[in-house]
Amino acid sequence: MKIFIPTPLRVYTEKQDAVEVSGRTIEEALSALTSKYPDFQKHLYTGDGKLRSFVNVYLNDEDVRYLPQGEQTPVQEQDTLSIIPSIAGGADRTGEPCHPGERACCCRG
Amino acid sequence: MLKVSDPVYEAIRQHGEETYPHECCGVMLGRVEAAVNEVVEVVRAGNTRTDSAHNRYHIAPQELIRIQRQGREKGLDIVGFYHSHPDHPAQWSPTDFAEAHWLGCSYVITAIEKGAARQTNSFRLTGLSEEAKKFEPEPIEVTGQNIPGLGPEIEAAPVGS
Repeated sequence: MKIFIPTPLRVYTEKQDAVEVSGRTIEEALSALTSKYPDFQKHLYTGDGKLRSFVNVYLNDEDVRYLPQGEQTPVQEQDTLSIIPSIAGGADRTGEPCHPGERACCCRG
Repeated sequence: MLKVSDPVYEAIRQHGEETYPHECCGVMLGRVEAAVNEVVEVVRAGNTRTDSAHNRYHIAPQELIRIQRQGREKGLDIVGFYHSHPDHPAQWSPTDFAEAHWLGCSYVITAIEKGAARQTNSFRLTGLSEEAKKFEPEPIEVTGQNIPGLGPEIEAAPVGS
C-alpha cells in the first residue's frame, strides 16, 4: 500500500512524497515505514509509542483514531495512508485566556 | 524567503478582508527550492473554529488531505499556510507557535484592521524537530507587480502635471 508523506517529513524519505510498504494492518504498514526510515519514528510517535497528538493518520478518508479497530484495522493493497500534521493557530487577543484553566491571557497585549 | 505573485498575494489579503471579523485560513501550494518557498497558488480552507473564529483557526485534516491531493495532481507541494489576525498585529502568537508543526513551511499572517488588510508577514518554521522548532521572520518577494494583466497597474501621471 501507499503512504503519503507530508512536505516536512520528506527529509526522512529521501524526498519521496509517497512510500510503498507492505502490511496487513495500519500498524504493520506504519511499522514498515519506520523500519525503512528509522528517523521517522520520533516524528510520528511519543517516547511511549503513541502517535503524537498533532499527527493525524488517515486511512483513505477516515481518521485512524476513530476507526473501531484503530491501528489494528486491516488494510488492502489499494488503500492509502496519509500522514498529515495538524494546522491551527490564532491571534490570542488581549484579555482572553489562551489555554484552558487560565484566568487571563498569558500572551501579548 | 517566500516568493509569491502579486495576484496570489492579494488573494491572501482579500480573503482576510472577506472573513473579517473572523480569521481566514488557507493553504499555499507551490515548490520548495533551496531557501525559497515559492507559492504558485493558494487554496482557501474553512475555519472549523466556529466557536471562536475571531481569534482562532483550524483546518480540518480531511480538507488538508484533499488539498494535498489536489496539489500533487498539479506537481505542487504544500509550502505553507496563511491566516488573518482581525484587529491584531501580523505577528505570530503563542497559539500560532504551539500549533505549528509543518517544519520548513511558511506561515503567513495578515493583520486586518477594521476590515482592511494592513501588514502581511511571513514566518518560516525552522528546526529539525518539534522540540527544536522556532519561527523565523522571512522576507516576502511579491513578483509580477505592475505588469499589465498580472498585477495592479499604476495610472500614468497626466502630462504636464
